[in-house]
Amino acid sequence: MRTPTPHALLSLTVNGDRHVVAAAPHHSLLEVLRYDLGLTGTKQGCDKGDCGACTVLIDGEPVLACCTLAATVRPGAQITTIEGLAGPAGRLDPVQEAFDRCGALQCGFCQPGMMLSARALLNRDAAPSDTAIREALGGNLCRCTGYTQIFEAVKLAAALARGESGASIDPTPPAEGYTVLGARHRKADGHGKATGAAVYTDDFNPPRMLHAKILRSPHAHARIVRIDTSRAAALPGVFAVLTGEALPRTYGVIPWTEDETALAIDRVRFVGEEVAAVAAVDEETANAALRLIDVEYEPLPPVLTPEAALAPGAPELFPGRRGGNLTKHVRLDFGDVDAALSNADALVEGEYFFEGTAHAPIEPHCAIAEYDARGLLTLHSATQIPHYVHRTLAKTLDLPSERVRVVQPALGGAFGGKSDPFGHEIVAAKLAMMTGRPVKILLTREETFYTHRGRHPMQMHMRLAANAEGRLTGLDSKILIDGGAYSSFGLVTSYYSGQLLTAPTGFETYRFDASRAFTNKPPCGPKRGHGSVQPRFAFEIQLDKMAEKLGLDPIELRRRNDVGPDTTTVNGQRITSNGFLECLRVVEQASGWRERRGKLGFGRGLGVAGSCYISGTAYPVYPNEMPQSGVQVRLDRSGRAHVMCGASDIGQGSDSMLAYIVAEELGLRPDDIRVTSSDTDLSPVDLGAYSSRVTFMAGNACREAASALSTLVREAVASKLEVPGREVACTPGRWFWLGDPTRGMDTREAFVLAEAAHGTLGATGGYRTDKTLGGPYRGGTIGASPAYSFTAHVAEVAVDVETGFVNVKKIWAAHDCGFALNPMIVEGQIAGSVYMGWAEAVMEEHAFAYGGPNPGLLRGPNLLDYRIPTTVEAPEIECHIVQSIDPNGPYGAKEAGEGPLHPVLPAIANAIYDAVGVRLDRLPFHPWRVREALRAAGRMGGR
Amino acid sequence: MLRIAPTFTVATPTTLAEALALKATHGEKAALVAGGTDFVPNLKHGLHAPEVVISLGGLDELRGLDFGAETIALGALVGIHTLATDARIASVLPSLATAAGLIAGPQLRRMGTLGGNVCLDTRCVYINQSESWRSALGYCLKKDGDTCHVTVTGKKCVAAASNDTAPVLLSLGACVELASPRGVRTLPLEQFYVHDGARNTVLAADEILVRVLVPRPRETRRMAFEKLRVRGAIDFPLLNLALAFDLDADGVLTAPELVISAIAARPRRVRALPEGLLTDALVDRIAALAFDATRPLTNINADVEWRRDMVPVLVRRAFAAARGPQSPPFAC
Repeated sequence: MRTPTPHALLSLTVNGDRHVVAAAPHHSLLEVLRYDLGLTGTKQGCDKGDCGACTVLIDGEPVLACCTLAATVRPGAQITTIEGLAGPAGRLDPVQEAFDRCGALQCGFCQPGMMLSARALLNRDAAPSDTAIREALGGNLCRCTGYTQIFEAVKLAAALARGESGASIDPTPPAEGYTVLGARHRKADGHGKATGAAVYTDDFNPPRMLHAKILRSPHAHARIVRIDTSRAAALPGVFAVLTGEALPRTYGVIPWTEDETALAIDRVRFVGEEVAAVAAVDEETANAALRLIDVEYEPLPPVLTPEAALAPGAPELFPGRRGGNLTKHVRLDFGDVDAALSNADALVEGEYFFEGTAHAPIEPHCAIAEYDARGLLTLHSATQIPHYVHRTLAKTLDLPSERVRVVQPALGGAFGGKSDPFGHEIVAAKLAMMTGRPVKILLTREETFYTHRGRHPMQMHMRLAANAEGRLTGLDSKILIDGGAYSSFGLVTSYYSGQLLTAPTGFETYRFDASRAFTNKPPCGPKRGHGSVQPRFAFEIQLDKMAEKLGLDPIELRRRNDVGPDTTTVNGQRITSNGFLECLRVVEQASGWRERRGKLGFGRGLGVAGSCYISGTAYPVYPNEMPQSGVQVRLDRSGRAHVMCGASDIGQGSDSMLAYIVAEELGLRPDDIRVTSSDTDLSPVDLGAYSSRVTFMAGNACREAASALSTLVREAVASKLEVPGREVACTPGRWFWLGDPTRGMDTREAFVLAEAAHGTLGATGGYRTDKTLGGPYRGGTIGASPAYSFTAHVAEVAVDVETGFVNVKKIWAAHDCGFALNPMIVEGQIAGSVYMGWAEAVMEEHAFAYGGPNPGLLRGPNLLDYRIPTTVEAPEIECHIVQSIDPNGPYGAKEAGEGPLHPVLPAIANAIYDAVGVRLDRLPFHPWRVREALRAAGRMGGR
Repeated sequence: MLRIAPTFTVATPTTLAEALALKATHGEKAALVAGGTDFVPNLKHGLHAPEVVISLGGLDELRGLDFGAETIALGALVGIHTLATDARIASVLPSLATAAGLIAGPQLRRMGTLGGNVCLDTRCVYINQSESWRSALGYCLKKDGDTCHVTVTGKKCVAAASNDTAPVLLSLGACVELASPRGVRTLPLEQFYVHDGARNTVLAADEILVRVLVPRPRETRRMAFEKLRVRGAIDFPLLNLALAFDLDADGVLTAPELVISAIAARPRRVRALPEGLLTDALVDRIAALAFDATRPLTNINADVEWRRDMVPVLVRRAFAAARGPQSPPFAC
């Protein structure tokens, strides 16, 4: 079905330029800006007015381009997009400067809209209050920052615009002993993200490109009897139609559980599963073609809960599979737990439930495939694991891996949701091979909810034993995990649900028993804090209950059972640096814990929780002896360095991290470094952005490469100055003799000397893990990490007893990241983690229909029904960095991106108990659940 | 991306007469759009497939605010943001300013119009979804189906009125002015809304809402608006209510009006409210009557019993707000 209506000539004034566009009448202003005018700085996030990413200014007022039909824009209206925010000659607006300087640009995807809303605010209010800032940005959702650094940025922008002395965008001084590291530098990709120039996957539109759409299953469980694609194939404008039998090879991110196909074959296992695909001249035609595909289904009874899935006689998702619907069972025993439980002076038993949640990055998944006449396949994809996508494409398309290139452009948030190889990536590639044209698939927001891989729902039963002195003697944990329809990372999830619980608060004996079941729902996977956020929630509440039972302060209980540094946990994991006690001390002091806890009056309270998390895993996802991360650095006479690494910058700042390290080692400013990352043709292999591995692994690899070059430059400089090499040092822009710092040269000259002395300058570095780590038992390697981060949070809540709303006023977050290579980025990771945990605690829920006409249908797969928090209700977050200087981390650094999420949920639950005396053991804390708990406890107050 | 099906052309009239002529020509096959904040997502969801979309944005004659001695006339194209921030509205119709300031988020308030909000289509968890999602459910009574997934057995659509201005305007005794080629008719808002979620207004196929007329409240009139939502921005109401009453110098309450919405297809006016000395006891009686009058359904994505329990809570909060200093919420 082609457009039956004529395109109309529209005259639009955008950023002061007048454009005449032949626009389709059904196109929104967003489509015209992005695809007709190429102004791709305006982003598309939610499809329909729920997220604010497409905010532009019309006559100075912020509006949503996605909900504005282009043809209805008033003639003469002045439209401003992010590309027009900078002044003459590209001089950045103070808002852009401030967002860059404050770290408010993580993935950068929501920020063009956010910056325009901020600009409109500052135009009418030069000194906005905190409330005014929150209200003005209330329609712009951000998933990365927790909003904290955005608020700072708007205030800084206002101060810069007012010309206030002290308002500065300069970096802060570095840490002692360093010339770059430890300073608050802008990010390497900050400028591109501030200006809208950064290219995300959907911003890339090669000529002759086709658009693909995917037909999805309306049934939670059904047999595919027949698919007839003939009517779709005959539709003018359709170039190819694809069904599952053309892509028969199974795949999966974990090599032992490859149970997915790109399109369903014979059977569908959840509502929204991919069944067929069409490539057409535009999305509208592809959509029309999907409606012409006739699929005959034989509906089968679905299983929607793990209990139902594991019940005798339950319908099987994979008939004949050994183990039936049980995807993984783990049981591990450490010491005599039963004796500890029966001899306990105090025993706490609890049942906890975590409802599933989605990652909901503001950028939807998108992939663009190109296949040229030489047989080279290139896929640009919004992924956080280009290397695994590379392997999967080679496997599923029967291509030699040297014929496949995967590129990850700028990425608009991921949080674990883009860490599986996906069917739509394989489909785009296959359609490109079939048609010989570039093929783009951009998922709708709804489709991202089916792609899912969100946090697993878990039912957790825990028994915790202690002696009268407050020593924890045993933990018995039994966990039932709802896996959804496929394995994904589930094998690892099952282990992580137990393996990551044994520090920082230790116990003498431990048993965990975890079962993951297949259900007819979108597959679950890793979300920030993979596998361990749920049991951490349960365990930290158990600790709170135990402290009360023992008459101990909950912080004191944790102190008494702290595992400490340089130790081995009950399950055999090696802990090196450990700053947990310092984290506890910091939040205890900052929150006024001793003076305030239990004394804030009914309705208000404080709660504490702690956690630890891995800095990468010692063992790669597929067994091999190669480095987990490779880095190549080259420099030349221009005085510039280029660092290449396969690591994925997903907004967390890994490109910046590489630049800072190279700058530190080579006497450069971070701006002098070019970074090429996550392109399988151009950068050495790194396994991807997951398991909080990048800073630790790529950072070490980068340090190795950069120091090798540093040695060469030092030698050349020493030779020129006729001093010993060990007496030569560098600082950004200069190499010099320590004996007399006036004797030296600028860095460019130093590189010229080095290039003359040593020839073309390049070096590689690699990070290999210590394969001796982990417990000496089956599964003991899962959860083994070269270093662990530690976190403690205190949350303060106000419970509205009448409505049940939990208002989280403030969270004090202390995180031991080893060493902060850039504290601004570390704080951004802490605040973003805190935000995400808080959101999961108070509102987010991946909710399904369990009855009705279509059980298994996801309720409200969009950003209006799946509510993610706005600036207005976001809590104040106070970040504290604790530095334990890890012996093996790069310069002592460990992870910061996932650990700080864990304690948020239990800290809030514990604070609610302090506030109103009720325990909430089921997430999320919907106001109706809170109110019901209050009613049950007889604590409703006066009326 | 969720794309709009290419079924229509866009007309951009600049006079009401022109717009009415277009509407008369195309009838039900023409759709009206002002801010587009609700209509465009509905197009994306395939809830409409018009032949012509008539953009009202060029009708400057529908933009004015007129503060008469007897009547305050609000043009249909007055922006939600204007209602929320105009000092005269805040002073004379504070509950309307409050309601407008609580609609959606800053961008949508700048796009949305009073007329669009008054005519907002009803909403339901089973209808405001994509075509493929609704198809997976077998559609529903409101469009393309014959089952109501909320009431299951009911034959009348119960999608919820979700406009925040409607209960306020009802509580203030507003009328709507509807223009058509046949002339202009003025209708009490109470008669404008009907009990049918499939289509909850009596707006005829050839009519356009041009103005909302609000009787200027007496000096003694107190008013408030309360909205229940999970987030501090963006969200439609899970429940909302508007309260208005006279309060004399002796603290005696008379002529109370209480309208509760985001429950069913039509905002509900709670009748036979008691008058008398405004005490906590009187407030509690009114709150109890409101609770009795309200039966939330599963048409909105939040717990039904809780929403009902919130009715008396919001009534009490509305009284507290109406008795206190009248100031609209912060609107940016």
